Amino acid sequence: MSLDGKLEFIGVTDVGRKRAHNEDSIGSDTGLGIAVLADGMGGYRAGEVASAMAVNMILDDLREGMKHGKIGDVDEETGFCRETLLIKTAIEKANATIFQTAQRQPQCHGMGTTVVAIAFYDDRMSIAHVGDSRMYRLRGGELQQVTSDHSLLQELIDRGFYTPEEAKKSLNKNLVTRAMGIEMAVIPDLQEDIVQPGDLYLMCSDGLTDLVEDDVIHGTLQEYGENIEDAARHLVEKANAAGGVDNISVILVRSLRSFGAQKNWYNKVLDWF
Amino acid sequence: MAGSLVLTLNQSVLGEFSLEKERLLIGRKPENDIQVDNLAVSGQHAAIITILNDSFLEDLDSTNGTFVNGKLVKKHALKHGDVITIGKHELKYVNDEATTDDQDFEKTMIIRPGMASHAAAAAKAEETAPPPPAGVGSQVAAEDMPLGKIQVLSGPGAGKELELKKALITLGRPGVQVAVITRRPQGYFITHVEGKHPLVNGDSIGAQAHALKDHDVVELAGVKMEFFVSV
Repeated sequence: MSLDGKLEFIGVTDVGRKRAHNEDSIGSDTGLGIAVLADGMGGYRAGEVASAMAVNMILDDLREGMKHGKIGDVDEETGFCRETLLIKTAIEKANATIFQTAQRQPQCHGMGTTVVAIAFYDDRMSIAHVGDSRMYRLRGGELQQVTSDHSLLQELIDRGFYTPEEAKKSLNKNLVTRAMGIEMAVIPDLQEDIVQPGDLYLMCSDGLTDLVEDDVIHGTLQEYGENIEDAARHLVEKANAAGGVDNISVILVRSLRSFGAQKNWYNKVLDWF
Repeated sequence: MAGSLVLTLNQSVLGEFSLEKERLLIGRKPENDIQVDNLAVSGQHAAIITILNDSFLEDLDSTNGTFVNGKLVKKHALKHGDVITIGKHELKYVNDEATTDDQDFEKTMIIRPGMASHAAAAAKAEETAPPPPAGVGSQVAAEDMPLGKIQVLSGPGAGKELELKKALITLGRPGVQVAVITRRPQGYFITHVEGKHPLVNGDSIGAQAHALKDHDVVELAGVKMEFFVSV
């Protein structure tokens, strides 16, 4: 079932004001309802290679994998459904390839990338991420950060050493504790959730969130949300206006109407009620 | 460059300690890195965790407490000039080196997984915890995510328990009131789907996902249930 007409996608990536190259990559397949964003790092221009590899390989694997099996089928063993496991495997495979390439090519040595990948199906979604690129959801006028950064700062906040306010002033801002391409194996965070008509999803690299506060992002999405292309451009402009010190990437997805295939998840309730 | 601590008692300088070690112990007993020989000081009183250029203070459940600039603290991110008081002794935190060039700090750097696991282990209060396997860092595999469960408190299913193993679990009565519980690496969340919003501990949840805490009581479609999670 094509998701065109049920989901609206827009992606914008901008080199920013200070960097010579854009090492972020974004990609999507709107008919299949999948989107991937990656923020590359590494010497010379290797970051570009790593992030592009991540986006392309994950999209290719998902396109192939989604041809087989049942939509939203839950694997009892892991508790995750087919789409989530497909993304997990795709990230693991891409990670191994990026790692091997980094080992073999001197100019790619040390390259890595963050990633956020989402898939929509049956009025729900899978979210996977590695690193500090994020996904937010705007629903009912409230903005919520859905992914939790794999960063030293977030670790310190989680352990009570920093309040979120103190963290903002810290200089340890961009120390990522997990990334693709750094080791042979990687463990992405995996989540599933329901999707409601009217939901607006924002995937972004830290080039946005390091410079633009959550409440400004919220305000921008509320103001321009009717036209997601405008909203995306305004977010990038705000980051550039604040200095544009890093590459800025943004993918916005809006759910227009129900796209439930079987809605098995909805009907499978317990007999206690 | 890491900071340092200057130990004084009644204005006399007793020593200066460079904060190069990841985890530095302060207390009365001799095995501490900084031994403070005073009865008001616990055997193991506090720890300083240092990650790159920053240091963090943690009180180790000491009898008399640890103070920073006169305030009692449990955990504190140290700033240049902070004065830590332990018993009658004072430790001044000195770190006025401007951390490197802006340029470097804006580039995202990957903390090598080994380093991350060290930092994570150092930040853990229990020093006895075995260090994570090399190269794992603080990654939590799906299989290792804390497992939650709900126990029904009322209605026809009273007493029944459900392990929340799936990433997404639907609860309620379709057409009346439905909610989903989702399992994220950082914990479980409940989200309203249809009908009235579910109550958690008596309060209606908002539009977005609501984080569930151990022992929260959820009320949905006339059924009360308690949420449990082992941390």
